[in-house]
Amino acid sequence: MKITMAHGSGGRSSQELMERIFGKYFSNEILDKMEDGAVIEMEGRLAVSTDTFVVTPLVFKGGDIGKLSVCGTVNDLLVMGAEPKYLTCGFILEEGLELDMLEKAVASMAAEAEKAGVTIIAGDTKVVNGAGGMYINTSGIGIIPEGRNVSAALAEPGDAVILSGNLGDHHACILSARMELENGIESDCACLGDVTRALFHAGIDVHTMRDVTRGGLGTVLNEIAATSKTAIEIDEEKIPVSDEVKGFADILGLDPVYMGNEGKIAVIVPAEQAEQAEKAMKATDHGKDAKIIGRVTEAREGAPVSIRTRLGGTRVLDMLYGEGLPRIC
Amino acid sequence: MDIEKAIGYLRGYNGPEVKLMEVCGTHTAAIFKSGIRSLISPGIKLISGPGCPVCVTPAAYIDKCMEYASKERHIFLTFGDMMKVPGSDGSLSSLGKDGNVELMYSPFEALDKAEKNKDITFVIGAVGFETTAPAYGLLLKEAMRRGIENIRLLTALKTIVPALSWICENQKTISGFICPGHVSVITGTGIYEELARKYEKPFVVAGFEPEHIAAVVYDLVRQTESGKHKVKNLYPGAVREEGNKEALKVIDDVFTAGTAVWRGLGAIEGSGLYLRDEYGGFDGGSRGLDKDIELPPECSCAHVIVGEKDPDQCPMFGTRCTPIDPYGPCMVSAEGACGIWYRNR
Repeated sequence: MKITMAHGSGGRSSQELMERIFGKYFSNEILDKMEDGAVIEMEGRLAVSTDTFVVTPLVFKGGDIGKLSVCGTVNDLLVMGAEPKYLTCGFILEEGLELDMLEKAVASMAAEAEKAGVTIIAGDTKVVNGAGGMYINTSGIGIIPEGRNVSAALAEPGDAVILSGNLGDHHACILSARMELENGIESDCACLGDVTRALFHAGIDVHTMRDVTRGGLGTVLNEIAATSKTAIEIDEEKIPVSDEVKGFADILGLDPVYMGNEGKIAVIVPAEQAEQAEKAMKATDHGKDAKIIGRVTEAREGAPVSIRTRLGGTRVLDMLYGEGLPRIC
Repeated sequence: MDIEKAIGYLRGYNGPEVKLMEVCGTHTAAIFKSGIRSLISPGIKLISGPGCPVCVTPAAYIDKCMEYASKERHIFLTFGDMMKVPGSDGSLSSLGKDGNVELMYSPFEALDKAEKNKDITFVIGAVGFETTAPAYGLLLKEAMRRGIENIRLLTALKTIVPALSWICENQKTISGFICPGHVSVITGTGIYEELARKYEKPFVVAGFEPEHIAAVVYDLVRQTESGKHKVKNLYPGAVREEGNKEALKVIDDVFTAGTAVWRGLGAIEGSGLYLRDEYGGFDGGSRGLDKDIELPPECSCAHVIVGEKDPDQCPMFGTRCTPIDPYGPCMVSAEGACGIWYRNR
């Protein structure tokens, strides 16, 4: 069965869709009241984030658009030092979308939300003309426990930069699917609560965290340096990249430091806690390849982020420009 | 070779200025990636030559591509790099939704598409050096075998030796050449022998790892110092003296050499690859696309391509010409010298 304009009419077909799919997977006390809005009680400092997911293909190795839409927003909250609590979701479905595909995405959202400990408390669906595509927006809210103060502005000269794992997996996986290339590269799409919690449980004074999504590490580090008015220096040899992704990137002329990820964070902590933080991250499922990759220094003339190369030279690591199109030769 | 020793030597170099030119965009990128410029003496200058096939493509070719992309029952297939290159009136990407343009990752995608959609003509923008030419040759052989008639090749394929000769004739200050690794896989190292003899300059083939870059710079500096002009292969894992004979045969079967226009260099005899008569039915009108746009007087692409200027010596560099809003072709392509300098400035 396929999605038709009737499913977005607000009438009988919309209701069927609610019952058959959304109600089946997202059922909880707040949502089941079926009011126009969810009513919740929360106290303290809150973090709020929203993100929209437009990935194609809708299903890829290691995940699908549903899982991605939960992980993306949950990670945005986690890197603010928050404990994510609630999510809302908005679906834009294109006419012709297979109902099975929608069900698969919704089931993954429910499964991932449960794993991450968040409750989906509101939602909306619209149907538009198109060719069977699907877009999901999620917004999330979380509580920042007492004592946590994480911000890109708080990176200080002398701090260490830690990366939670290998770069480029998601980007390479999606590109492989689009190019119909057979390989074993899986998306790293995951909620990273185990990694952030491990840091706080170990008593690390986390200054800054960012999830390393679109634009890659290069872009994220430039943003941090600009916000905190510092400079950052990283060591090329320490940047973790799997052999398979490295080979893939070499062939296509892509640079892993600009490739997108969906399950990696960059963490900035005081230098004296760096090893302890790396160890705590390594002990988690999603941080087992964590590595100290560089340091924050005083701001200086010129480009704020640089790489110390394998030969011992230095080069600038700029933000990503353009779309990173594969090269021709 | 001991890389640390080589770098130490290059750092301490205080002889006469040595100017080395790389003629491969991937080398330009690899040189930046290695950070070697920050390690060696300022007396050793690494300059970028005409190594990006996109950057040296004249505007008339882009205009022709856009003509096909706007034509009914035609689809223009291209690699991503070409999208933003300016023709005399806009670029392929400026056509937006009105353009029948599809990005390809491999030219072979055209075969199945053409077979499935017989009423549409698929025009492939074939831009590149000897590295890419064999793939286009094989594609046409396969199209012929399968009886596919609705494919056209719009070629701006070029060969490297005529361009190197041009540079040797016109840019006497260059001390030695870092020869392209990928092109040499196809052509072999033999093609550089005559150039080395005639112009008395060293030509050394290199790979793309930082250690390869350090080794080739060291070798060229040492050769220059001792007045030698040998052809050497420092990429023996991939490159052989005789090249890839099968690939060369495909090029020879399908293409014939002719005059081609290089942006910045002008017309160079024998530097273009055009379809032989047997394959003429596949030609999308590739000959005579010589006219180039008048670049504004400040744009230094023409000087950058021949190594007369570094990209940051262009008054438009980083101000009116950036990767987001490129003016000159050298800023457009991922392999273009200006784009690479800008991203690593």
